[in-house]
Amino acid sequence: MTAPKTLFQKVWERHEVVPETPDTPAVLFIDLHLIHEVTTPQAFSVLRERGLKVRRTDLTLGTMDHSTPTRTEQVFGGKPFTIESAAKQVKQLEVNCAEFGVELLNMASNLRGIVHVIGPELGATQPGKTIVCGDSHTSTHGAFGALAFGIGTTEVGHVLATQCLLQTRAKTLAITVNGKLRPGVTAKDLVLAIIGKIGVGGGTGHVIEFRGEAIRALSMDERMTVCNMSIEAGARAGMVAPDETTFAYLKDRPRSPKGAEWERAVAVWRTLVTDEGAVFDREVVMDAGAVEPMITWGTHPGMVAAVSGNVPASSSDPVFGKALDYMGFAAGQKLAGSPINVVFVGSCTNSRLTDLRAAASVLKGRKVAAGVQMLVVPGSQQIKKQAEAEGLDKIFRDAGAEWRESGCSMCLGMNGDTVGKGQYSVSTSNRNFEGRQGVGARTLLASPLTAAASAVRGAITDPRDLL
Amino acid sequence: MQAFTSITSRTAVLPRTDIDTDQIIPARFLRTTSREGLGKQLFADWRYLADGKPNPEFVLNQPAAAGCSVLVGGRNFGCGSSREHAPWALLDFGIRAVVSTEFADIFRSNSLKNGLVPVIVDEATHQWLLANPGVEVTVDLATSSLKLPGGKAATFPIEPFARYCLMHGVDQLGYLLSKDAEISAYEKRRAAR
Repeated sequence: MTAPKTLFQKVWERHEVVPETPDTPAVLFIDLHLIHEVTTPQAFSVLRERGLKVRRTDLTLGTMDHSTPTRTEQVFGGKPFTIESAAKQVKQLEVNCAEFGVELLNMASNLRGIVHVIGPELGATQPGKTIVCGDSHTSTHGAFGALAFGIGTTEVGHVLATQCLLQTRAKTLAITVNGKLRPGVTAKDLVLAIIGKIGVGGGTGHVIEFRGEAIRALSMDERMTVCNMSIEAGARAGMVAPDETTFAYLKDRPRSPKGAEWERAVAVWRTLVTDEGAVFDREVVMDAGAVEPMITWGTHPGMVAAVSGNVPASSSDPVFGKALDYMGFAAGQKLAGSPINVVFVGSCTNSRLTDLRAAASVLKGRKVAAGVQMLVVPGSQQIKKQAEAEGLDKIFRDAGAEWRESGCSMCLGMNGDTVGKGQYSVSTSNRNFEGRQGVGARTLLASPLTAAASAVRGAITDPRDLL
Repeated sequence: MQAFTSITSRTAVLPRTDIDTDQIIPARFLRTTSREGLGKQLFADWRYLADGKPNPEFVLNQPAAAGCSVLVGGRNFGCGSSREHAPWALLDFGIRAVVSTEFADIFRSNSLKNGLVPVIVDEATHQWLLANPGVEVTVDLATSSLKLPGGKAATFPIEPFARYCLMHGVDQLGYLLSKDAEISAYEKRRAAR
């Protein structure tokens, strides 16, 4: 009998083209390569310079999301992009994909969206696959039991040319979450609590497997939120073993296996679990029942507290003081009730249909507070359509929020959707780094429920006050 | 890629922990299709004042930092976004090695592929370097060591393959392309499954 293996080991070993040796990294085969406009132009240039082709156009899929506008008149109305360099970058992706024969979901496509939203939505993301993209939030796809991680542009070139990557095997970290999340507490709160516990470098060098009763109870959208932010703990990837929830999500998706192929695929996917007795390099155990709605107060995602709590009175973190200065907060101050200026619901962390429903459930029959700008940016054009079919757009608009076309938008402000200097933004995105949402912007990461509740009150608000 | 064997330089010290790649180069400068010329945007939001003038308080703007090619940073250097523009910007500015106790995985991988050496040191060496900015050090890849003043040295971990590529200035794509037969065989095996 072979030794028990972790989920990560199983997926890794199935993709070893050449195993790792003491002198050389493994050559790892990649099943799905997602590309977008920002991190690929220089990689295509290398291919061109060296006379190389894209080895597997059938395993490569392009979209445009990071620097694209979200205003309808710019996406569909023929109005030019506000930012010329963004237009140029998007145009370059069109040229590159056409020249190299790569499928591209362009601005006109009704399947376009944030790269980490469309992979799962199309059923291209599947258990057991290796999935890469020149974007750190590729970890999102690990929610399906895929080994998915972000790569740099040089590596994008490697995958385009060879469909392989040179990799050394990561260590494994099991995060077991027991118990149940309480009402008003979401997957976003859970992952913020996890990062708060293990730290922003706590997962460095490791692939996390999220396990336990509370993880099993999560929907696929929620699992994606958790895996998405694995990188914010520094982890190479986050994974959840596939189960009936995964299979139900993938059944009948456009790119999921069909008929007898489906049955065969599911039989294989069922084997993608960590064997009894398999050993992780590290283990962390959490209690879901103790998690509160969370919000960040500082300048990295590990600087996080309960919405109903306070900024810490002191910290051993050497950048504590600098973070407070940047955020304009005092040590020990209460968070709830602190005024805000902007609310952003969107990003690859929280822009899926269930996220929009959650935000809408709070906003229904209420108004965004005077003086607060609220932007709702669905993760994909398909999600936008589904949300509109349910009337969510109307709830957002009636409340005074802006309803936009899909894209990364205000998560990183590359497309001009930015937060002003010194303004407080409650954002469902993933990074509260200095300047992330705009020069001098002050980002408070939270769940869609907390974001919507804060929009209504114009101040940081525990969503349970409004549920 | 420019070969790296040994670099001797005074250090510039940026003691902050968790320096993320959004600080190394903010997202608004990623709307480019080239890898050239990013050095002027390195640490843009720390390096320049609102009016675009250099911030005299920022370490890389101080006369002592002129010509430094070794940057000492705080723990967990390069966390966050996978943007390879971060090592491109550091290299374009003239930095050839970054010293810290810990690097984020993707930043480290990107650096190794571009000739920027991530030097991992122990806590005591790190503390000493933070407390003594501007000392002359040598990053020597042949011995995988950081040579400090007074004849002291600290060895740092680096994978043999990455070290070979750095020392010979070869990129890793050539090696991957040389595995074409193995990749084709793997694709055949997979198709038959």
